[in-house]
Amino acid sequence: MEAIRPVTEAPDMKDQPAVKADPKWFIMGGVVSIVAWLALIPLGFLIWQSFKTPQTARVPSVWTLKNYIEAYSSSETLVLFSNSVQFAAGTAVLALVIGTGLAWMSERTNTPFKPLFYALSIIPLIIPGILFVVSWIMLASPKIGIINLVLQSLFGTDTVYVDIYSMAGMIWVDGLHYAPIAFLLMTAAFRAMDPSLEESAMMSGASMFQIFRNITLKLAWPAVAASFLILFVRSIESFEVPALLGLPVGIQVFTSSIYDAIHSYPSNIGLAAAYAITLLVITMGGIYMQSRITGQAGKYSTVTGKGFRPRTIDLGRWKYLTAGIFIFYAVLVVILPFIVLLWSSLQKYYSVPSMAALKNVSLTAYKTVIDYPSVGTAVWNSFILSIGSATTVMLLTAIVCWIVLRTKIPGRWLLDNVASVPLVLPGLVMGLAIMVCYLNIGGGIYGTIWIMFIAYVTRFMPYGMRYNTTSMVQLHKELEESAAMSGASWFTVFRRVVLPLLKPGLLAGWIYIVIVSVRELSSSILLYSPGTEVVSIVIWEMWQNGQYVELSAFGVMLIATLFVFVMLAQWIGKRFGVKET
Amino acid sequence: MLTVRALNTEYPSQRGPAVKAAQDVTFEVPAGKFFTLLGPSGCGKTTTLRSIAGLERPVSGEIVVNGRVIFSSERKIFVPPNQRNFGMVFQSYAIWPHMTVFANAAFPLEVRKTKLSKSAIREKVMRVLHAVALDQYADREATKLSGGQQQRLALARALVMEPELLLLDEPLSNLDAKLRDRMRFELKRIQRELGLTTIYVTHDQGEALALSHEIAVMNEGRIVQVGPPRTIYEHPRTKFVADFIGTTNFIDGVALGIDSATGRWNVRTPAGDLLVHTDSELKPDMRVTVSIRPEDVELSDEATTSGSSLNLTSGLVDQKVFLGDFVDFQVKIGDFMLLSRAHPSLRTPIGEQIHVRLNPDKCVAIPEESSARAAA
Ligand SMILES: Nc1ncnc2c1ncn2[C@@H]1O[C@H](COP(=O)(O)OP(=O)(O)O)[C@@H](O)[C@H]1O
Ligand SMILES: [Mg+2]
Repeated sequence: MEAIRPVTEAPDMKDQPAVKADPKWFIMGGVVSIVAWLALIPLGFLIWQSFKTPQTARVPSVWTLKNYIEAYSSSETLVLFSNSVQFAAGTAVLALVIGTGLAWMSERTNTPFKPLFYALSIIPLIIPGILFVVSWIMLASPKIGIINLVLQSLFGTDTVYVDIYSMAGMIWVDGLHYAPIAFLLMTAAFRAMDPSLEESAMMSGASMFQIFRNITLKLAWPAVAASFLILFVRSIESFEVPALLGLPVGIQVFTSSIYDAIHSYPSNIGLAAAYAITLLVITMGGIYMQSRITGQAGKYSTVTGKGFRPRTIDLGRWKYLTAGIFIFYAVLVVILPFIVLLWSSLQKYYSVPSMAALKNVSLTAYKTVIDYPSVGTAVWNSFILSIGSATTVMLLTAIVCWIVLRTKIPGRWLLDNVASVPLVLPGLVMGLAIMVCYLNIGGGIYGTIWIMFIAYVTRFMPYGMRYNTTSMVQLHKELEESAAMSGASWFTVFRRVVLPLLKPGLLAGWIYIVIVSVRELSSSILLYSPGTEVVSIVIWEMWQNGQYVELSAFGVMLIATLFVFVMLAQWIGKRFGVKET
Repeated sequence: MLTVRALNTEYPSQRGPAVKAAQDVTFEVPAGKFFTLLGPSGCGKTTTLRSIAGLERPVSGEIVVNGRVIFSSERKIFVPPNQRNFGMVFQSYAIWPHMTVFANAAFPLEVRKTKLSKSAIREKVMRVLHAVALDQYADREATKLSGGQQQRLALARALVMEPELLLLDEPLSNLDAKLRDRMRFELKRIQRELGLTTIYVTHDQGEALALSHEIAVMNEGRIVQVGPPRTIYEHPRTKFVADFIGTTNFIDGVALGIDSATGRWNVRTPAGDLLVHTDSELKPDMRVTVSIRPEDVELSDEATTSGSSLNLTSGLVDQKVFLGDFVDFQVKIGDFMLLSRAHPSLRTPIGEQIHVRLNPDKCVAIPEESSARAAA
């Protein structure tokens, strides 16, 4: 380009059309500004807010360190910190143990019905977290929990056998809920391991135990450590479990404290921001360590031979045990919770399963839900928000990825990092940051559905980046160049060549973002206002109002819808060749 | 030394019948020899090698090494791979990325049942590392090695355990051409110096011909011919072998009968009646294919009077391609097009007549598959 320009500007070439401002620079410039705005500005406001006093009608806000002093001088902070770490570490360990065990069984053993279990293990990913927690309250709360009632009537006592409102209960529910993620991460790790590394140890004369200790474990170590950190960050960010199980009995973690500080009277946004910054530092540390480990593990990747799966271990009769474990897991995370919701949705008033209650089965709750004033609005809002944010995110990040991977623009690596910043922001912190940001700069966005749209796009931008990067690195550069050589403009090349070739990745990412948008609660809870509720908020409100049967009916319908959506998406994906990701 | 008898190995498949990857594989390797399994990709070479290693469990057959039965389906014997003491080099090298070069090579000694002292291990490891010219890299991380060095490390690791049998699965296929040529000599040298019985798997016929004492050509899970490289090349037993190893002309014909003067079979072909060599039982009127390598098609401008007068004919030069150290001629004999590789000094122009001689010993008659099976 540089070499050509002087020629076109030469005086004797005046009759040539002047070099037009290339629209590509406008598009790229626009995209870069949007990404930078979304990722950085709210974060800046959050930090700013944490150094300000609350503003009231009479007293203007001033600079202060009081928020941090309040957050750190209180002896409760130590408890808070230790609770959070206990909860997150416990959850991560539980999820990792379950996930690794299942992944090993499904990848390396001859457990029967493996393909079925793979599908079954991922289903929990589409169940909104709040529904999962509610169903476990119905199962294991000390007063109304079915497990307790069954055991009590069995042994004729009134002992409380299981209490979900405890640290152990919180870890149990969140650990089960995150186990599928651990399962997916570890399955990928097992698949990436070249089986000949273990086989060559076997040929060297090593025993099974020596191979496991010296080779398998050492090679899997980076994946285990990275998965642990990912799960730790996820659980320290989780909001549903601490809010529903911890708050009622006073077990506070960072997320529930942030929520409490905002919802106390008068609301103390500065303190919430100070907590949020602390949480942010922890998640940043976790993600940094995780990326370091993953980066180092990169050097472990070796040339692999053919893609045949390694020979699976013949478990003999033990395979019925492993199949049993799979079934037990499915019962715990899919079947029991769903049945409990289904049962309670068929009642007029919440009641424990019994012969008497069986007679009262009715569909009243479903009718109530459908007539419920905010349900229609919420479903419509969720629909619009999920489709809108998924589409926006995938297109936006497609361009960002293209800039990062295909251009030589200086500082493009920075763009990549900026677009990934939201990864370290817990949903609640993101909600808080966006709230503070748009409250202060105005513009009339606060209180509309747009603020939630902004929150969703920001929050899920890193997922879009990941899906797009994976598919774009596989896309040969020459495909674009040959289109350009045929005379197509940049915009045309992008629209006619790049996007269609990225379609499988775009579609897979789009589906994923639609699902996580529908499930989203922790950002929405700080940003919604009457009229802009989404489905998870309606469930939250129903829970607060004690409308358990209506909540269950709504939950059952929601899960069924999401399930149909995923099946449909898979079917479409198969027809149009979307790769499994 | 190594005897493999009637080996069958299958892979279960999700749907449909099991994949029969190795079928009725039988061969024998004398001590100290270099034996190659050669065949196109997917023909079952790796499967056969892994069955010998014990990494796959064959459904039937028997494997005996030095009189020790390590596998027998009849007697229900299966010695696990970690007790067989075979060295193996994998196609992907399988270098452990979390260890140094030294640790990789020392691993087989460290996991041995009979413990060695640290210094004994050190000495043995340094000796093999020296043999593969990696001694100066001993403390390097294994992943910092180049492809060729990793390949040599994998070899060192297999050698350090002083194996009874060395198993190599396409060890050169991931190297670039120049390095491959050099490593080929290295391998041959090390194998000869140590006198190791070696089973080598490759799909590269050049490698197989250059390295082996004996070659087994495989196709679709079965061994189709076993023999020394020269025999395999000069006297292929089937069309598949003739075609897979080198370039060749196939001339379809019909067997006439044994020529009384030479004792050879006479075959009627579009390129005239030819006296041929054959290793198969022929019968008159049998359909056969005559295979002759381009370099065995002798061309000359004049009808020679010297030498043998057998299988003489003539044709027209149809095409020629100059390739530097030789010239490829396409010669039209009647309707038949014959490829010949000649010395560049031959300059017969296109369209001119040329004399052709096909040495009977190099014309190999192969019965057509169907008629051969009927005869057997
Ligand atoms: N682990 C496996 N599972 C199923 N089929 C396999 C497996 N390994 C090899 N095969 C099949 O067995 C046949 C022989 O494979 P292989 O021995 O690897 O061939 P080669 O090494 O000669 O290329 C091929 O058809 C291949 O697809
Ligand atoms: Mg192979």
